[in-house]
Amino acid sequence: MAIRERMSGNEAVAFAMKQINPDVVAAFPITPSTEIPQYFSTYVSNGEVDTEFIAVESEHSAMSACIGAQAAGGRAMTATSANGLALMWECLYIAACSRLPIVMAVVNRTMSGPLNIHNDHSDSMGARDSGWIQLYSENNQEAYDNMLMAHRIAEHPSVMLPVMVCQDGFITSHAVENIELVEDDKVKAFVGEYNPVHYLLNRDNPISMGPLDHFTHTFEHKRQQAQAMMNAKNVILEVAREFEKLTGRKYGFFEEYRTEDAETVIVVLNSTAGTVKYVVDQMRKEGKKVGLIKPRVYRPFPVDEIASALSRFKAIAVMDKADSFNAAGGPLFTDVTSAMYAKSVFGPKVINYIYGLGGRDVRTDDIELVFNNLLKIVETGEVGSVYNYLGVRE
Amino acid sequence: MSCKSCNLERKELSPDVTWKDITEGGTIADAGNAVLIKTGEWRSKRPVWLKDKCKQCLLCFPVCPDSSIPVNSEGNREDFDYDHCKGCGICVKVCPFKAIDFVDEG
Ligand code: SF4
Ligand code: SF4
Repeated sequence: MAIRERMSGNEAVAFAMKQINPDVVAAFPITPSTEIPQYFSTYVSNGEVDTEFIAVESEHSAMSACIGAQAAGGRAMTATSANGLALMWECLYIAACSRLPIVMAVVNRTMSGPLNIHNDHSDSMGARDSGWIQLYSENNQEAYDNMLMAHRIAEHPSVMLPVMVCQDGFITSHAVENIELVEDDKVKAFVGEYNPVHYLLNRDNPISMGPLDHFTHTFEHKRQQAQAMMNAKNVILEVAREFEKLTGRKYGFFEEYRTEDAETVIVVLNSTAGTVKYVVDQMRKEGKKVGLIKPRVYRPFPVDEIASALSRFKAIAVMDKADSFNAAGGPLFTDVTSAMYAKSVFGPKVINYIYGLGGRDVRTDDIELVFNNLLKIVETGEVGSVYNYLGVRE
Repeated sequence: MSCKSCNLERKELSPDVTWKDITEGGTIADAGNAVLIKTGEWRSKRPVWLKDKCKQCLLCFPVCPDSSIPVNSEGNREDFDYDHCKGCGICVKVCPFKAIDFVDEG
């Protein structure tokens, strides 16, 4: 029987880490992810885990320690937010290219500046091309479930890439909600042991990692890394199917909510999807054909699947909680529209809304405004402005 | 040569290895392979051993950062390993008998 509990997103992630019982956790506190290493260090001092906890002096060191631990043959985890993630920058690329399946909880917070501790996605979006797999979570349950699936995806022999599991800072990380936990022994059996083929502490087969790799070989390594990201797609689905057998909870590349006969949909990540679901329910009562697509897997980007799903609708609003400052639209918008173009999906009209930067509250009437604009586009065929800011004071 | 436990050939070091065969992340799958990379190609100055002047005092070989002065089983130094000597000139400075000349690489 699953365990019914109530906990915050941070506690849910820390609890998953306790059940996973990794070899090493190296972390440095930064709001709003601080509670994760805080809870975890309590598990360590209570003897509830066998993990070596390294209280490092910066996030650069946290990721470096994870790289060292994972290269040595251990399972390493960490957690961070915003500028902490930014301080890991060069190490993120090294972890990915060295094919080290580290798992990191990212509690999304806006990148300074201006200095602000609240939620948007500018931190993880900045790291979207670092070679990490990125999973996004609407609520504490999804953050917990994604953590349990992360190692299985990361450590799969055809993948061997690090994974970040993202959730919204404060909105998810600090809100206490109901959650269904999996029993310890079942988590242990599901996650399994980490048995790398190559690792530094293997005396029978000494290796060198991270050597100088000039133009004679780097290009081949990058191509191989690209393949690993492509391979991850199948593995993510396989692991999700197995997870569904264990828990009954179904995961894919993205969730579709009331899209069967929808004419307009919003595409949005993380907690705002919850608000959109509420608005969809309300507007459906008024007979409006609205729905939601909530990507869970942002890297690898499910190009074929998302383009095919979106081809059914007349008007689509992609909502970005980060701006690319390219004078054209946010990162999710760019990826979604590129996918549609690449797959010759030219039917739907697509617009972009930048929303909630720096933690600006997104209310149900903001979402209604987006849907009403989409419905107007369907009615008139006029798109108007493509790149929009939602709810900013004009 | 191949690696015992994983069967990886040393092909990962060859310049024509494909992305399908190259080791993941550039991992070098076995130890002691620096000898395979001919770093001597980077040299712009070349040390030349003047055998007649050499007293076999052996002050030169331990200072070479690239282990490019071989010493044989009789305990005598032999000619330079030009595949790996980078031409730093340390041995030239160290030799008390001016038995190492230092010339421009052609
Ligand atoms: S020049 Fe430098 S690298 Fe070459 S043999 Fe002398 S000490 Fe060694
Ligand atoms: S230091 Fe000079 S004299 Fe001594 S062994 Fe080397 S080359 Fe010969």
